[in-house]
Amino acid sequence: MSFDLSLIVETVPKMLVGIGLTFQLLVISAVLGLILAVVLLLMRISGKWYLNWPAQAYIYVFRGTPILVQIFIIYYGFPQLEFIRDGILWPIFRDPFGCAIVALSLNTGAYVSEILRGGVLGVDRGVLEAGEALGLSKSQRFVYLTTPIATRLALPAYGNDIISLLKSTALASTITLMDMTGIARTIVAQTYAPYEIFVSLAIIYMILTFFLQKLLGRVETYLGRYTQREG
Amino acid sequence: MTSQQPLIQMQNVGKHFGSFQALKNINLEVAKGEKIVVCGPSGSGKSTMIRCINRLEKHDEGRIVIDGIELTDQLKDLNAVRREVGMVFQSFNLFPHMTILNNLMLAQKLVRKTPKAEARETAMRYLERVKIPEQADKYPIQLSGGQQQRVAIARALCMKPEVILFDEPTSALDPEMINEVLEVMVDLARDGMTMICVTHEMGFARSVADRMIFMDEGEIVEQAEPEAFFHNPKSERTKLFLSQILTH
Repeated sequence: MSFDLSLIVETVPKMLVGIGLTFQLLVISAVLGLILAVVLLLMRISGKWYLNWPAQAYIYVFRGTPILVQIFIIYYGFPQLEFIRDGILWPIFRDPFGCAIVALSLNTGAYVSEILRGGVLGVDRGVLEAGEALGLSKSQRFVYLTTPIATRLALPAYGNDIISLLKSTALASTITLMDMTGIARTIVAQTYAPYEIFVSLAIIYMILTFFLQKLLGRVETYLGRYTQREG
Repeated sequence: MTSQQPLIQMQNVGKHFGSFQALKNINLEVAKGEKIVVCGPSGSGKSTMIRCINRLEKHDEGRIVIDGIELTDQLKDLNAVRREVGMVFQSFNLFPHMTILNNLMLAQKLVRKTPKAEARETAMRYLERVKIPEQADKYPIQLSGGQQQRVAIARALCMKPEVILFDEPTSALDPEMINEVLEVMVDLARDGMTMICVTHEMGFARSVADRMIFMDEGEIVEQAEPEAFFHNPKSERTKLFLSQILTH
């Protein structure tokens, strides 16, 4: 079997047409997921069982099931339900893009909230006590002490999740979306050249990951500037 | 100062951690300007006692009254008290993500509602007082332990407290840094600051304390002026403790 370079030269630009959609899926679900994660985190650490339990149940369900199954349930399952078809969210669930965004956001939100909780638990108790002794209220301590310190502690794991999310966007191709993977699958169906096409696709994702990693590294360095002895 | 009511009153104060009784029947009055040194073996309740004074721990028996305000579960009173009571911790507990200057300004801005320029001025004044104004823009990790503890003292001073609690302020320091912190504390004492210090620095205690308190097993075993405390302790437990820490 020969590796057809000209085919790659020809198809890579076609796949790159889908990069915009890949980015949309990544950025929108990352933002919505982060908002959801913060809400879940606040519920988890509220100390109130009626907030903590639902959040825990939610996280358990979304971490306990494959994201592909979640996408299928939302895309194929929800339209079967009359109250969803009649509901105000129907325009979202009718649209594969909306379904993909919902599934990716709900899923990443569950993981990220646990990552953030790890950061919050990592904040030195003594630092919070010092704030308390100075008269800072509970919410002031959360905003000015816990949040910035926990953010830095959580960032490496959070970055990992974002990179994982980039790859999860490829699953959107299973519900007809023409992101890079969707386009690649169409080309394969036409050319019968899965090897060249999918290897090229993999390399495109790797290059994207490389830049994402660089960006996250910069943010880590910036947030971690106070951990360096030499200023 | 004798005509005034005491700044701090603890009456029959008790505190439990589960079934462990950390404090038993503590009675203590501290007048404005008084310097108290608290010593005793580890686990004797020294830290717990001073942590009850600014309610980092809640006492479960007796009364604690600070400057006329009784410590209860009412939040409003609590914040009023915390503004009056400064605290310096064994492990410094500076805010690691803020510069030294911001460490000193944060509570002034948030709690005292001091305008930024004035907060900065106050911060710089106290940094000069603890002799490290040149470190203002560094982060805590870039300072030595002794410098960090001096910043922590300055941070407490910025709130203009009526009293400062010191919880073993030199125990986490390398030996060569202990003196620079003690010097700042002596200087504060000379200035008339009311201080309660949990410490084993007996040289400091001798030169500064108006009163020594010895605690063991959650109780105040003995209270005396330093002269009498060191040369003529009444309790056997005090004698034993002093012999253990003073002989080497």
